[in-house]
Amino acid sequence: MTSSAMQQLYQQIILDHAKSAHGSVAELPALDADTATGESGTDVRLAQSHQVNTTCGDEVTVRVALSGTGVDARIDGFTWRGAGCSISMSSASVLHDTVLNTSVAEAEAMLDLFREMLRSRGTIEPDEEVMGDAAAFAGVSKYPARVKCAMLPWVAFEAALLQLR
Amino acid sequence: MPRTLPPGSGGTVPWSMTFVAPPASSRDQTPRTGTAGADKLGAATLAADTLSADEVLRIRNDFPVLNQQVNGHPLNYLDSGATSQNPISVMEAEQEYYEQRNAAVHRGAHTLAFAATEVFEAARATVARFVGARENEIVWTSNATEGVNLVSYSFSNASLGLGGPAAARFRLGAGDEIVVTEMEHHSNLIPWQQLALRTGATLRFIPVLDDGTLDLGAAAEIVNPRTRLLAVTHASNVVGTINPIEDLVALAHGVDALVFLDACQSVPHLAIDLTALDVDFAVFSGHKMLGPTGIGVLYGKAELLAAMPPFLTGGSMITTVDMQTAEFLAPPQRFEAGTQRISQAIALAAAVDYLAHTGMNRIRTREAELGRRLVEGVTAIPGVRLLGPGLGVERIGLAAVDVAGVHAHDVGQFLDEAGIAVRVGHHCAQPLHRRLGVTASTRASTYLYTTDDEVDQFLAVLAEVAPFFGATR
Repeated sequence: MTSSAMQQLYQQIILDHAKSAHGSVAELPALDADTATGESGTDVRLAQSHQVNTTCGDEVTVRVALSGTGVDARIDGFTWRGAGCSISMSSASVLHDTVLNTSVAEAEAMLDLFREMLRSRGTIEPDEEVMGDAAAFAGVSKYPARVKCAMLPWVAFEAALLQLR
Repeated sequence: MPRTLPPGSGGTVPWSMTFVAPPASSRDQTPRTGTAGADKLGAATLAADTLSADEVLRIRNDFPVLNQQVNGHPLNYLDSGATSQNPISVMEAEQEYYEQRNAAVHRGAHTLAFAATEVFEAARATVARFVGARENEIVWTSNATEGVNLVSYSFSNASLGLGGPAAARFRLGAGDEIVVTEMEHHSNLIPWQQLALRTGATLRFIPVLDDGTLDLGAAAEIVNPRTRLLAVTHASNVVGTINPIEDLVALAHGVDALVFLDACQSVPHLAIDLTALDVDFAVFSGHKMLGPTGIGVLYGKAELLAAMPPFLTGGSMITTVDMQTAEFLAPPQRFEAGTQRISQAIALAAAVDYLAHTGMNRIRTREAELGRRLVEGVTAIPGVRLLGPGLGVERIGLAAVDVAGVHAHDVGQFLDEAGIAVRVGHHCAQPLHRRLGVTASTRASTYLYTTDDEVDQFLAVLAEVAPFFGATR
């Protein structure tokens, strides 16, 4: 019965990330005791955001470490923990790979692209060169009920960044 | 008067032309007596005590929504535990009311107002008969949740001294205990949590065993002389088990505690006689029993309702009013403030007629068959865990499962792609899911229009889930 629509939604990249997630930790240490998120030592500033999808109970906490300020601000560290469906968990894993060690400006641009693609109801063909694995979520945009799943970690990331502005 | 069309009766609209009248044997409309089971007499006179495959197909003709394609497949609706579908007669009853007699009930002296009041109260009588109650024991609410809140807030008001000496028996405070169970739907849990918080009473619960049934041994200890109320579900919306209400009522009444029954999953599926069960209160909702949304029912023993202070106040529930005080009407009007859910109540009565004519005992038997088929099927699939007891324990026609390594939302998406509608998530029963060691599950729930083939298709597609997601756990 496995239809092409199902395979478009659950692309192998998504299933792989869901099974072996990048950047996820079983427990996040207290924010002020976290030495694992971010590699540049004492220069980093940490923030986190916990988001819940009330429709299904999926939850994710994203923690980011920023180094530098202004135009030099970079995502120096990114860890997360969560529980949820394969779409939300793989999305967090892909987000980790996408924004770690990029500038905040690049990360925010990617966030806009990702959101635009997911809101497009399948009308936007993503540029894989630009979006990398995140382009695999284009199929999710045809399933309005699942857009929230894919957006969940990105919304948490956005909220964490906002705290460090 | 409202139409009381039997199953298979179409209407005047074009798509109802496909109806096939059921054979006379499918009608067991024996009038209820106060103490008989909902269709005890009717079932005894029937040759067949279940719904045949042909009858199920005929019944389906009365439910136009079932006749559609979803994602290129015929809709396989296995979510009746969440909301059931409506037969044509229910939709027509609502439309007929608006076309012919829409008016304010219980006020106004014109002919239309009389006609509206008459059908509104006839609906109450129909629903009362269906559950073995008297008319003044049936209170309309917007849904079952509102019924739970009505009673809990009435007790809350009594605890503040409202209702005078008659309501003293409902007053709660420190030292009093409210007992619920670990398998409750949130709607029969949170209102009691809140009542305990408002009054200082203690909330306790009867735990669930590993097999998903209530720990009745523990219940005998937890229900004690400090217990004032026991709130329990009749049938679980997750594990499908039917709780031994008679035993629990005996336990609670033995210590002079009141019993509040969540009958949302039992009244639609079993022949229920609330008077015989001897529960003090019960709630059920229209949309789970072929009726429309926006209508629920609170049952309360007449003597209790008569002593309770109101919850919602305002128009239509008073006798005399001055600027400082008001006198209230007798039940049920005391608890029906404001404009009522008239068309919904009338349509619910049409749904009750449909169920009664089909025969609740036959529906129960048919659903037990579907429940068995589900249980046998899911337990045969590797990596699929059935929540709750297996074969040998009677259940309503539903089964909730956990597919190892695959989140319930992904399971639901995969099934939806094949046209199969199921419920995924915690089904408003987080504590029970936690107790059973999962955060979410996938639930297939059947009703009188469900075919064997639909159950089999669900099982076949469910078996493909783990391989598709490459689940290895």
